[in-house]
Amino acid sequence: MADNFDKTRAIDKAEAEQKARQFLTFTVDHEEYGVDIMTVREIKGWTETTRLPNAPEFMRGVMNLRGLIIPIFDMRTRLHLGMTEATAKHVVIILAVGERNIGILVDAVSDILDVSADQIKPAPTVDTQVDAGFISGLISLESRMVVLLAVEHLFDMQHIEKAIAEAA
Amino acid sequence: MTDLDQFRQTYITECLELLDEMEERLLALNVDAPDNEELNAIFRCAHSIKGGSGAFGFDFITNFTHALEALLDSLREGKVLPTREVVDVLLKATDIVAQMVDAASDGGRPQDNFGAEIKALLEKFANGADAPCVPVAAEPIEASEGERQWRIDFTPHQTLFSTGNEPLLILRELGRLGAMEVSAVTSRVPPIDGLDATACFIGWSLRLRTAAPLSAIREAFEFVEDYCDLKIIDTQAAGSPSPPHWGERGWGEGGCGESKQTFNFPPHPAPLPPRGGRGSPNDLGGTKNLPKKGESSVAEVQAARVGQTTSIRVDLEKVDRLVNMVGELVITEAMLHAQTRGFAVEKFAGLLRGIDELAQHTRELQEAVMSVRMQPVKSVFARMPRIVRDIAEQLGKNIRLEMEGENTEVDKTVIEQLADPLTHMIRNSCDHGIEMPEERGDRGKPAQGVIVLSAYHRGGRIMIEVRDDGAGIDRARVLAKAREKGLVPAEVAPSDEEIDNIVFMAGFSTAEQVTNVSGRGVGMDVVKRNIESLGGTVRVTNEPGRGSVFTVSLPLTLAILDGMIVRVGAEHYIIPITNILETLRPKADEVRHVEGHSDVINVRGEFVSVIYLHRTFNIQDAERDPSKALVVLVESNRHKIGLVVDELIGQQQVVIKSLEANADPVKGVSGATILGDGRVSLILEVNELDQIGEGKSENLSRELAA
Repeated sequence: MADNFDKTRAIDKAEAEQKARQFLTFTVDHEEYGVDIMTVREIKGWTETTRLPNAPEFMRGVMNLRGLIIPIFDMRTRLHLGMTEATAKHVVIILAVGERNIGILVDAVSDILDVSADQIKPAPTVDTQVDAGFISGLISLESRMVVLLAVEHLFDMQHIEKAIAEAA
Repeated sequence: MTDLDQFRQTYITECLELLDEMEERLLALNVDAPDNEELNAIFRCAHSIKGGSGAFGFDFITNFTHALEALLDSLREGKVLPTREVVDVLLKATDIVAQMVDAASDGGRPQDNFGAEIKALLEKFANGADAPCVPVAAEPIEASEGERQWRIDFTPHQTLFSTGNEPLLILRELGRLGAMEVSAVTSRVPPIDGLDATACFIGWSLRLRTAAPLSAIREAFEFVEDYCDLKIIDTQAAGSPSPPHWGERGWGEGGCGESKQTFNFPPHPAPLPPRGGRGSPNDLGGTKNLPKKGESSVAEVQAARVGQTTSIRVDLEKVDRLVNMVGELVITEAMLHAQTRGFAVEKFAGLLRGIDELAQHTRELQEAVMSVRMQPVKSVFARMPRIVRDIAEQLGKNIRLEMEGENTEVDKTVIEQLADPLTHMIRNSCDHGIEMPEERGDRGKPAQGVIVLSAYHRGGRIMIEVRDDGAGIDRARVLAKAREKGLVPAEVAPSDEEIDNIVFMAGFSTAEQVTNVSGRGVGMDVVKRNIESLGGTVRVTNEPGRGSVFTVSLPLTLAILDGMIVRVGAEHYIIPITNILETLRPKADEVRHVEGHSDVINVRGEFVSVIYLHRTFNIQDAERDPSKALVVLVESNRHKIGLVVDELIGQQQVVIKSLEANADPVKGVSGATILGDGRVSLILEVNELDQIGEGKSENLSRELAA
């Protein structure tokens, strides 16, 4: 029984991986980015955050999500594109990263993409940016290019510090 | 169900938690670069398990964890490196302890030799490589019940070495089974010119006293069976303590005559008990009736469960969720209240009345939920008399424990965290505080020492005092010991108070020998850490020769905090009220800049260093001049600092939320809370701010005063 169940589940999983993955895409500075939809917990409008002292620049502070304290990161700053002048029209995407919940501040949510595994191209190896390690792949559709983000690496300070150290 | 059974149950739960923690830490331990803090933490887990096991008479756990602790101690001191093998053994040891605890929770005890292998390994690693490989008993070995005397004649063939076998390892293996005497039989050794260095000419005669079965002994010889002549004789069964051929093989040679004398065993009257019937070799007295006791207690517990309906056990997590949700409800209510403030009463009479009622109900609900978590400290205090009694007995001291204020209520979380440090403090007072009866007599004190354990509320905190009328802290001895251990550099001359506080330093212990009670230099260190992690303080007042008082101050609850909301620039922060001494606006000439230090202000003749929050936290648009802003005087780690803020907004009770659940910890911030408007506000950790700020006001005051 259990065996069968596991098998079916494994097959299902493999098939699902073959078939399609879903990505939530959003825009920052007219560029389109995507995150695995399974990591997305909720999408909400921007509200003022409380700044954390001596936090990195891309850390916009923390906000109250129904009693939980959630750190909010500015995607624009993280991508070295300046700081978002956040308004109520800006969007915060709450993501589950490992054990933690974090929010990322983006310009707008644009789409949900169904992509098969072979449509995902590996991230370019020639990196002009210091820490391109957070790009997990690229999807090119007819006229669009979507950069897939590895959320777990995006705001991992150790990872960032290492990248900076390597570049130096 | 007696009280003791209840505490036994609590102890078992705690043990399992500690074991989990140990396992987790062991697994996370970096074998290449072990973190000393981690090793300390692991050690403390083992220490706590051992401590409790003694109190509840689980001698088998005490015995085993003692070995575990010894190895951890060696690790801590760097005598042994935490290699993979060592960590593996430690992990196996935690499994063994877990199974022992399991057995204990059912009121039983594990089999006699349960875990003996692992224990032997622990001891082997703890002793390191330089320990004597074969214990040679100097004293006559006395046989205990459940053990047998074996005589083993081990005569390897000359080719033994060529098979890659090492007789030493076999002897060591046997040594772990019990007490052993070893003699080398050298009669086969040829004259020097005929000696082949690669051949084995030496044989061994062993006398082994062990509870292990024959198969265990045979196992030691497993790999050499084909390369030796082996005789294993049960000397007791044979009824001949000294078989005739004993001397034939040159037993008398090489100083073995002496050990012959040690073999005068009294004839053993009792037949061998069945397996699993008795205690371990080290401990036989008084454990015989334990299993029975355990059984009856289980029955009692079950009987009590049926009868008891007035209270239920609830998972703390559930209560926490409730508290969280009530907190949110209070915020929502406040929001509604604010929204409807401008509403005309005539028009919305019903709505406004409803909102008023809602406000009342939520407040009551909040209080009720909070009170669910409050419990009298009695549940922890009640464990102490037993502990004192046991220790007093063990040490041969006469100690009376008096308790005051057992009904003082405190949050459940605090109660749970209190047990460990309190036990250590009581043990410490018994062991180091109270003198031996004769000594007390010499000093003109009554033979019976008194320890007073008291609890009371003071200023929104619970104070717990452990007062003894013992010897107090011998400052000269403490200082000498601290210097010897390198805790205090030779050129520093600490004040009396500073010396008293040395007892809280990790790795300090004045006990002459490592006892079961205390003396590994972990107890008071644990106390301080545990208490501080709860937002409390512990201090000692010492009157040499007359006794000492350890005072612990703790917040009543860990979930709620009385805070002062302050503004710095555009940011709002919360300073715990318990930290605040006063608020003042210094005159311009009271602020002094000291080269190489932070600024100081003169508060009625006392110089206090100032921390500019806007500087520490890098905030723009804040008031920079303390004489135009406000200085909040706070107490941190026994000294005062002034925090420069722009404005006091007001006082409020806030629910403490973890910042670290989702974000990285921030230095100087202990947590966060959600204010009435739903926004997050940060709670300042004054002790850490002090470390971020450069100056140490103590030294500074001295310099300025001079």
